Amino acid sequence: MRKYEIMFIVRPDIADEELDKLVATIETNITNAGAQVTGTERMGKRRLAYTVGKFNDGNYVLIKLDGPGEAIKEIERRLRVTEQVIKFITVRCDEDEKRLAKIKKLRDSKTRGHGSHQQPAPPAVVPAVEAPSTETPTV
Amino acid sequence: MAEENTNQGAPAASETSSSAPAERPSRPQGGPGGPGGRGPRPGGSGRDGGRKFFRRKKVCKFCTEKIDSINYKDVRLLSQFVAESGKIVPRRLTGVCTPHQRRVSEAIKQARNIALLPFASGR
Repeated sequence: MRKYEIMFIVRPDIADEELDKLVATIETNITNAGAQVTGTERMGKRRLAYTVGKFNDGNYVLIKLDGPGEAIKEIERRLRVTEQVIKFITVRCDEDEKRLAKIKKLRDSKTRGHGSHQQPAPPAVVPAVEAPSTETPTV
Repeated sequence: MAEENTNQGAPAASETSSSAPAERPSRPQGGPGGPGGRGPRPGGSGRDGGRKFFRRKKVCKFCTEKIDSINYKDVRLLSQFVAESGKIVPRRLTGVCTPHQRRVSEAIKQARNIALLPFASGR
């Protein structure tokens, strides 16, 4: 099961209830295609950076889902057909999350296990400070 | 070569019309002066184009602040690496390290596709 995020833009001139209905329809499509919706987020109405299909604003919606790769093809086909959706992008996020989890684990283990190793560091600095004073003529 | 043109132009002009000035102002030498005079080009293998002193060491913003996830959604973070014209700023100007610059580039391109950042703005 892979994790994906689909962000799409809906036309700005539809009512709120219609937007809710549309998002619910898309979620049903996702479930029918064999994926599970893990979260939905409304980013609200935003100004677009460039004109898309004669619109300057748009309603941004983000849907996070878990599913196989073939499901995405079907979901994207449905989104393309939906007339209210003017733009969408699908991003795969499981590799990214794995990397972040690894970094976090590494960082947590470092702060917990190596906290006692701080003390030997200061004595080691002293000989390093003395060394440059003997090397000044070379510069 | 520019001088030959002006010399030939001047006598021709004086023949056709008496009101034209006999001496044409010499054309500014744009040819040999341009590319030859540039000399040390900025950037490149970290040597600052042959300068003796070092520019102050630029640190990668992501490495120091330990920002792990560069997402296409945080427009505020990404717009720091985008010029006014909408172009992605090269890493020799921002001091970002290579792996982070690659991720920033990818995130900016994703954001452009979803109209969070412009492809080209201004002029």
